[in-house]
Amino acid sequence: MLYREAGQFKATYAEDMAIFPIRQDRIALAVLLGIAFIGVPLLASFRIWPFRTDYLLWAILLPFLILALAAVGTNILVGYCGQISLGSGAFMAIGAYSAYKLATGVHIPLAWLGFAIAIPPLPVLASILLGGLMAACAGILFGIPSLRIKGLYLAVATLAAQFFFDWAFLRLPWFTNYAPSGSVNAPELDFFGMIVRTPVERYLLCLLFVTVMAVLAKNLVRGNLGRQWMAIRDMDIAAELIGIRPLYAKLTAFAVSSFIIGVAGALWAFVYLGSWEPLAFSIDRSLELLFMVIIGGLGSIMGSFIGAAFILIMPIMLNVIPTELGLPLSTQTITHLQFIIFGSLICYLLIKEPHGFARLISIGKEKLRLWPFPY
Amino acid sequence: MASIARNVLMLAAALAAAALSAPAAAQNEQFIPILSYRTGPYAVNGAPYANGVVDYYNLINERDGGINGVKILTEECETGYATDKGVECYERLKSKGPTGAAFINPLSTGITFALTEKTATDKIPIITMGYGRADSKNGAVFAYNFPLLGTYWSAADLAIQQIAKELGGFDKLKGRKISLLYHDSPYGKEPIPMLQVLAQKYGFEFTPIPVTHPGVEQKSQWLAIRQNRPDYVLVWGWGVMNSTAIKEAAAVAYPRDKMIGVWWSGAEPDVTPAGDQATGYKALMLQHGAGKFPVHADIEKYIYAKGKGSTEPGKIDEVLYNRGMVNAMLGVEAIRKAQEKFGKKPLTGEQVRWGLENLILTDARIKELGFEGMLKPVSISCSDHEGARYGRVQQWNGKAWKVISDWSTADESLIEPLVADVSAKYAAEKKIKPRDCAKET
Repeated sequence: MLYREAGQFKATYAEDMAIFPIRQDRIALAVLLGIAFIGVPLLASFRIWPFRTDYLLWAILLPFLILALAAVGTNILVGYCGQISLGSGAFMAIGAYSAYKLATGVHIPLAWLGFAIAIPPLPVLASILLGGLMAACAGILFGIPSLRIKGLYLAVATLAAQFFFDWAFLRLPWFTNYAPSGSVNAPELDFFGMIVRTPVERYLLCLLFVTVMAVLAKNLVRGNLGRQWMAIRDMDIAAELIGIRPLYAKLTAFAVSSFIIGVAGALWAFVYLGSWEPLAFSIDRSLELLFMVIIGGLGSIMGSFIGAAFILIMPIMLNVIPTELGLPLSTQTITHLQFIIFGSLICYLLIKEPHGFARLISIGKEKLRLWPFPY
Repeated sequence: MASIARNVLMLAAALAAAALSAPAAAQNEQFIPILSYRTGPYAVNGAPYANGVVDYYNLINERDGGINGVKILTEECETGYATDKGVECYERLKSKGPTGAAFINPLSTGITFALTEKTATDKIPIITMGYGRADSKNGAVFAYNFPLLGTYWSAADLAIQQIAKELGGFDKLKGRKISLLYHDSPYGKEPIPMLQVLAQKYGFEFTPIPVTHPGVEQKSQWLAIRQNRPDYVLVWGWGVMNSTAIKEAAAVAYPRDKMIGVWWSGAEPDVTPAGDQATGYKALMLQHGAGKFPVHADIEKYIYAKGKGSTEPGKIDEVLYNRGMVNAMLGVEAIRKAQEKFGKKPLTGEQVRWGLENLILTDARIKELGFEGMLKPVSISCSDHEGARYGRVQQWNGKAWKVISDWSTADESLIEPLVADVSAKYAAEKKIKPRDCAKET
């Protein structure tokens, strides 16, 4: 009913090619962005339910936004270009540690040449973006094997990236500025004189990054490049025959994906954790991101967000609800229950809809468009 | 269909009733969050510790009716020893209760690192008894961190003292080889700078050997130890890593009595899985050891006799259970101290911080509390958030831990410069202006 597009005529090519061609979608998105950009900060600054404490902002929304961004990055590589990657955690780590090094000043002594490379501490914004760029370079490097190997074999190759960078950040003290414990602290978040400190400010900062990057990603995947990626994903030999260069298509997918993941990693470290160790970007993080895009929907930007919400928030909900209801269960039982219920939910969902939440939503959308006679 | 709907409705009603009845709590309560881990690879050590903490808070409520009449309200949150879960738990619990969390006690050095800045902003003290950041001993910079009873730098010094004693003097350390088998996390890395200082001073060769989380895979590390043949191996492990280390040592025939564990590698779950192979293994003691003390009589009478215990009655004399109790006791006494100044009511974290910083436990007070024989006097101040630097050494004889050494004290002249240096770096990095401890009251 509400979702009928009768009467919406597309008179120009530009209208036909718009990101959101249906008016209802545009309204929904505007409302969502309005809530995210204005509603949430307002509620939070006046401490109105459910924002009476910082909990929702700090422990739910902030990690959700950042991991959703990382999931968007992973989805570009895995969902759009079909290159299975288990190295997302490593690319997050590269983003985080590069940003950290750049923000605290880089000093590489080249004793045998008699001079040293020294870069003064860069502003935080530049560090975060350059951190993403470094991740993109590493992504290209580790993407080269994808030209020869495919599928599960590629997954193993990216796993090597994961273990290599885990090792590097743990073992090479240069990356952590020789911190005795191996745990490093993020610099102050100074954006052109504005210092980001409170949870609301942190939330808005991440929201801004996520919105810009998600729009860019959405545009990219429906353009020339995105179509090349999808052609490679669907059948690489056919794609090659119609004139798509696999080298270019695959490596750009690795670069773009790693850039977004790298920025997410830098945000995760600087804005959310504040102090971190390589364990924050372990293989568990890579698997988590992969599950997010699989559950959310491969090849869907929106699916990345839903997947991130499901993987991140569902376990916390399952853990909080019994305590909030005052059920007399021990923390041990609650944790075990959380694993059992969450596991069964994933199984149920993947049996009912193997293509994830994004597919469920698009089916719903189709039915709504045909309402009252959906088929 | 109708019956399902009715069942769902009834369930919803029951849940709603439970939800409404739960927060019907009195306002005269002090909220203390408990971050614990009873699942995962570190549960064997996390669970007995948490049981000790929970039972001691219950004891205060059951026996004394709370701290001067202010009941203790607790909530447990499972961290699984994971840093991100720990941060989530902290955010969940920090503002519960009438006045928010009195203090937080994460039982993980990784979580401590992640929370150090947050707790200072939220004004909630973070008690890290026998773990945490060693540089946070300097209360002038780390106003809200309290690494009570011993940091890893104190532990490193105590361990080297023990080795020197066994060899027959500090001069005998020269040219010896000492390895550190450590959990590759901030926890395991913490003692390294101190050991490097000690190696330089006494002239022994120091080799750090990392073990990846969770520590079940140590074959290559022990192969390296077999080749290098160090005179001593210090073990900085946690959870399943400890018993694995002992088993691997036995496999390469490294003498167990040349292994010295830190106080987190010296409890029953660390040695019992290794069976006879663990006999002779030594570990530092965070002052107390296993066994029952006067306070246990009260625990049995008020908690276990009433069936309110959180573990089996036979397990309340274990090392980690006792440590949980000591930790809970120090927190409770800090609140009691703060009540002297701020009144007998629920206190905020900021007020409890004052109590912690001015906490002094004399021998007489420790005896009164029933902890005689477990603890030496504690005296916390602005410049010394550690409060005591004593340690002993215990040895596993196959059935029980036996204390084999006298009390010794960590050498402050070595630790202090390192603390000053590292904490000054932190203060500069975080733009913290150190407090003037002379002016603190």
